[in-house]
Amino acid sequence: MKFLVSIILTALLSFALCLFMPWWSIAIAAFAVAALIPQKPGKSFVTGFIALFLLWGGLSFWISNNNHHLLAHKVSQLILKMDNPMLLVLATAIIGALVAGLAALAGSYVRK
Amino acid sequence: MRVVPFIIASAVTVALITTLNTRLTIGGTKAPAFGNFLSPQHGFWQNAEPANTDFSANLNFPSLNGKVEVYFDDRLVPHIFAEQENDAYFVQGYLHAKFRLWQMELQTFAAGGRISEILGEKGLDHDREFRRLGMVYAAEIALKESEKDPVLKAECDAYTAGVNAWINSLTESSLPIEYKLIGYKPEPWTNLKSMLFLKYMSYDLSARDEDFEMTNAKSFFNADDFSKLFPLIQDSLDPIIPKGTAFAAQKVFPVPPPKADSVYFNNHDLAIAESFKPDRDNGSNNWAVSGTKTKSGSPILCNDPHLGLNLPSLWYEIQISTPAFNAYGVSFPGAPGVIIGFNDSCAFGVTNGGRDVRDYYEIKFKDDSRSEYLFNGRYHATKFRIDTIKIKGKADYIDSVAYVQLGNNWCPVMFDKSYSGGRNTNNKYYAVRWKAHDSSEELKYFNLINRAKNYNDYNAAAVYFHTPGQNCVFACKNGDIAIRTQGEWPAKWKGQGDFVMPGTDSSYLWQGMIPQDEVPYQYNPERGFVSSANQKPVDDVTYPYYLGRNYPEYRGITINRRLHAMTGITPQDMMALQTDNFDIGAAMAKPFIVANIKEADLNATEKKYYDIFKNWNCRNDVGTQGATIFEVLWNNFDTVVYADEYAKAPKLIMHPFFSTLLEEVLKDTAYKFLDDITTPQKETLADDITKAFKKAAVELQEIDGAGNLDWEKYKATRINHLAKLAPFSRLNLPIGGGNRNINATKTDHGPSWRMVISLTPQTEAYGVYPGGQSGNPGSKYYDNFVDEWVAGKYYTLWMMTANDKNDKRIIAKMNFSK
Repeated sequence: MKFLVSIILTALLSFALCLFMPWWSIAIAAFAVAALIPQKPGKSFVTGFIALFLLWGGLSFWISNNNHHLLAHKVSQLILKMDNPMLLVLATAIIGALVAGLAALAGSYVRK
Repeated sequence: MRVVPFIIASAVTVALITTLNTRLTIGGTKAPAFGNFLSPQHGFWQNAEPANTDFSANLNFPSLNGKVEVYFDDRLVPHIFAEQENDAYFVQGYLHAKFRLWQMELQTFAAGGRISEILGEKGLDHDREFRRLGMVYAAEIALKESEKDPVLKAECDAYTAGVNAWINSLTESSLPIEYKLIGYKPEPWTNLKSMLFLKYMSYDLSARDEDFEMTNAKSFFNADDFSKLFPLIQDSLDPIIPKGTAFAAQKVFPVPPPKADSVYFNNHDLAIAESFKPDRDNGSNNWAVSGTKTKSGSPILCNDPHLGLNLPSLWYEIQISTPAFNAYGVSFPGAPGVIIGFNDSCAFGVTNGGRDVRDYYEIKFKDDSRSEYLFNGRYHATKFRIDTIKIKGKADYIDSVAYVQLGNNWCPVMFDKSYSGGRNTNNKYYAVRWKAHDSSEELKYFNLINRAKNYNDYNAAAVYFHTPGQNCVFACKNGDIAIRTQGEWPAKWKGQGDFVMPGTDSSYLWQGMIPQDEVPYQYNPERGFVSSANQKPVDDVTYPYYLGRNYPEYRGITINRRLHAMTGITPQDMMALQTDNFDIGAAMAKPFIVANIKEADLNATEKKYYDIFKNWNCRNDVGTQGATIFEVLWNNFDTVVYADEYAKAPKLIMHPFFSTLLEEVLKDTAYKFLDDITTPQKETLADDITKAFKKAAVELQEIDGAGNLDWEKYKATRINHLAKLAPFSRLNLPIGGGNRNINATKTDHGPSWRMVISLTPQTEAYGVYPGGQSGNPGSKYYDNFVDEWVAGKYYTLWMMTANDKNDKRIIAKMNFSK
């Protein structure tokens, strides 16, 4: 239960903070949730990771889908040197997930 | 709290964030900071415009005086209906910025020599060159002149306020994608930036000269050879204003300096050259036919300006409707008004005049401090302009440019010991006298032509166009057609400014400008049409002023022949003419090639290409291979003919034009340069053509092997993104045309806007440009016109009226008010 709640809270808080703050506020969100809802460090990491993997992956896929992947086709060639919109969505999800996972890990050590 | 793991985990998190917040260098290029760039709420995903975006909005700005309604049609062309004229310019500025901000700013940074601020040190040479040419100096003078006119001042102020209204509304996430990729932010717009943009167009259209190359050619060749290599006129020339036209009496009499022969024409010093050059073929076609030649009985006006092909496009389509006027056409993101288009009474367009309005003077300073220069026998004090060039990631570069007064004009000493454009200057100083430095208000032309109702209004507008001089074409619903070879042109003595001139003596300065009432023009000529295609404006024999050389002539010949022959013309006929791929130069060359080539000397492979060439119809259509063969053959023919004479020439030197070689050989099959001076025997035309074909065949085999023998594949027309990012560009477009075709589509240069306006009571208007209304690569409106343009198709241009507000073409509406 804690696990699921943490994931949802991290994702929601990240989304809200990013409306007003820079992208790295996802780390603040993941850190805060992990510090407030104690879980084992490994589990906290996974919580943050999954939360942002889903949030950034989901958001970027949703945006790209509405765009018929027009821009993702172009930017994937520019950044990944291959025409693969889904890989760009995956890269986006993993980068968000890593940052949030690590921040959640740090947050989990505040309690114990 | 578990301190050690906490610290380690926090440190790793911070390190990762810091890394993702940094622009890393990957494979030699700077990548964007990935954290921000990939964040779906901040980065590039925000530029992925939903396919069903609704552009409707209600916006309030205190600087507006009335209401403005903007209707977007299904091609995203805005139709602006403003209660107050200046509010229309505010909204135009706002829309230019909303759809094209990055391009607008980049162009003004390029114009003002500020590219280093964005790109770092690799932009420095560009920036120094542009500042030393006096681009900012010119823009400042233009701004001062324009702001003296209260009408233009209010127009520019409103436009600038509109641009800034958009810039102020931007957030991190709504920045154009290029800012996110390169990592910088837009700055406020100013009236000066609009002037810088217009000077950039002046640079593009009137800063091409070969003074240094010609100086070197004059120094290297003897006078006889020189005149054979660089003739002043082509036999086949069909000037804009037909031969035999009478001109107004000459009022300015430029006098060559007394010692010009020894000091100037026969001076054999080598000079330097510039490192940046606008494209030689920046030109265009325009014509208007009178009702006597059309099916409808009303005039038709056509215009297609040939410029560098880029995405986002130079042009932005727009309709501006105010109580004073109602104009439709293309505008420049960066400046107010409609540039080429039509209104309820008439249509208007331009092609480049292409005369030499930039000359160089060698300056003698007292010493290396450049603080005093010699002029008319005594020393005068220099003015210095200190330029601080900001460089991204580096210390500022301070450049000091000396300005010397030549007559009434302060001119920048562009090339000096600290700046040579990367070439050997022989430690000389060269000042540049450029017409674009003179005060003028070209915006006034657009302001007036947008509301012109008749021929008199057109004439009153045209005289404001000084630089870059343009062939202004006009047609009116009352049946009038006209063209003016418009510009404020220096009145030169024969040969003045062909080479670098001595700058120590007022006798070499421009002695005056050709009066506006001596500008050659045509008004309702008997032949029933007017046209221009950048050819020499008038016949040298009867026109009293010197016009120089280097005008492309072939498109003009084809256009005039065709227009002469045509009757009962429809807009569709005009579209076919505008997209015509006939190469008249090739048609003139082919007979003597076929007549002279030693066919028996060709091997099987060579014969194969020769047969294709022989059967070629001289059209550069998609799928033709003869066009590729002719192009490669001619390049080799040129080399075979001239390479021996040029073997010991300085690297930087003028080469003869296509027309020179063609016409000299047509005139004289024993043309002196056909002989290879490095061999004892005397080569003939047949020898040279055969040798050239054999050399060409080797190249052609390679081209053929790569599958690129078809003309469009060999030419590989592309529309580059302004930052040359390939995924944002359109490459290898299957389109015909070429240099000497009316459809002058070359590799990255060509018809940047095609327009056909039939001035029937209910105007019939057609147009297309190779781009799209949005500058955002993530928008479906980014390049949606390109395929139509490639196919030679046109859109119907919709002059919307207030009664059309419920038309089904409207996809969005913006309301602007106080």
